[in-house]
Amino acid sequence: MPNKITHTQVYVLDQDEALDFYVGKLGFEPNTDADLGFMRWLTVSFPGQPDHQLLLEKPGPPAHDDATAEQIRELVTKGAMGMAAIISVDDIHQTYEELVAHGVEFTDEPTERFYGTDCGLRDPFGNHLRIGTPKEGPIEIPDPAEFAPDSTP
Amino acid sequence: MSRAVEESNRRMLRARDAMDRDYAKPLDIQTLAGIAHVSDAHFIRVFRATFGETPHRYLQRRRVERAMFLLRETERSVTEICCDVGFMSLGTFSRTFTDIVGEPPTTYRWRAADLSAVPACFAKAWTRPSSFGEARTPPED
Repeated sequence: MPNKITHTQVYVLDQDEALDFYVGKLGFEPNTDADLGFMRWLTVSFPGQPDHQLLLEKPGPPAHDDATAEQIRELVTKGAMGMAAIISVDDIHQTYEELVAHGVEFTDEPTERFYGTDCGLRDPFGNHLRIGTPKEGPIEIPDPAEFAPDSTP
Repeated sequence: MSRAVEESNRRMLRARDAMDRDYAKPLDIQTLAGIAHVSDAHFIRVFRATFGETPHRYLQRRRVERAMFLLRETERSVTEICCDVGFMSLGTFSRTFTDIVGEPPTTYRWRAADLSAVPACFAKAWTRPSSFGEARTPPED
């Protein structure tokens, strides 16, 4: 039976620039970089976790006609593609400071929520990622009446 | 789409993120246009073309959304909430809130408080627009 997510995908507009960001700043490492002819299969994963890869896919032919690829590029740069990933770190406050120093663009600062402390950032193309430190122990989901955290993009 | 449009989208998104984040601060067009690295007039026109509404309206909706939350979930006064979400004048806040939500802040608070105390089926019946005029129409957005 299906039991594991091995790959998730995010559209990027330039794969080299994507590597600079995801590897150079966020701390991923290159996993697979293969020229398949029809596409460059480019994945990254976190050190010690090669079994969950993030596919950095460039929209375009042959998967997309030019007009469709343009639509995807427009949605990505408008921030309309949803959340690419949620990433956990040991100490979000320290990581936040480090990433800010590296010029990473944050949408909001670390904020304490019922599930932990997290914040949002954008990759160079407009994709939204969240990064934070999950709360230890069981998470209690608040009553709908009180569940309206200071919202995020 | 050209690279120029992608870059423009990206800049407008940066300004929109700033509104989502700093709605409580006195954001003006000059500040937002500065974040997007474009002139004031260009910013308003291009933001609207990109996201379908003016930056002023986007910021108003963001502030009103936060005000709705505070009215529902806190005991803070309408005047305090007005300031909390970045409005400088109570008159502007009430007018804008009513324009977006369909009813004034105090009415919204009263109705929202009552709604949370009754089962959903009663709330549904109770909030249904009435031909007698005693019930409010649902918020429009």
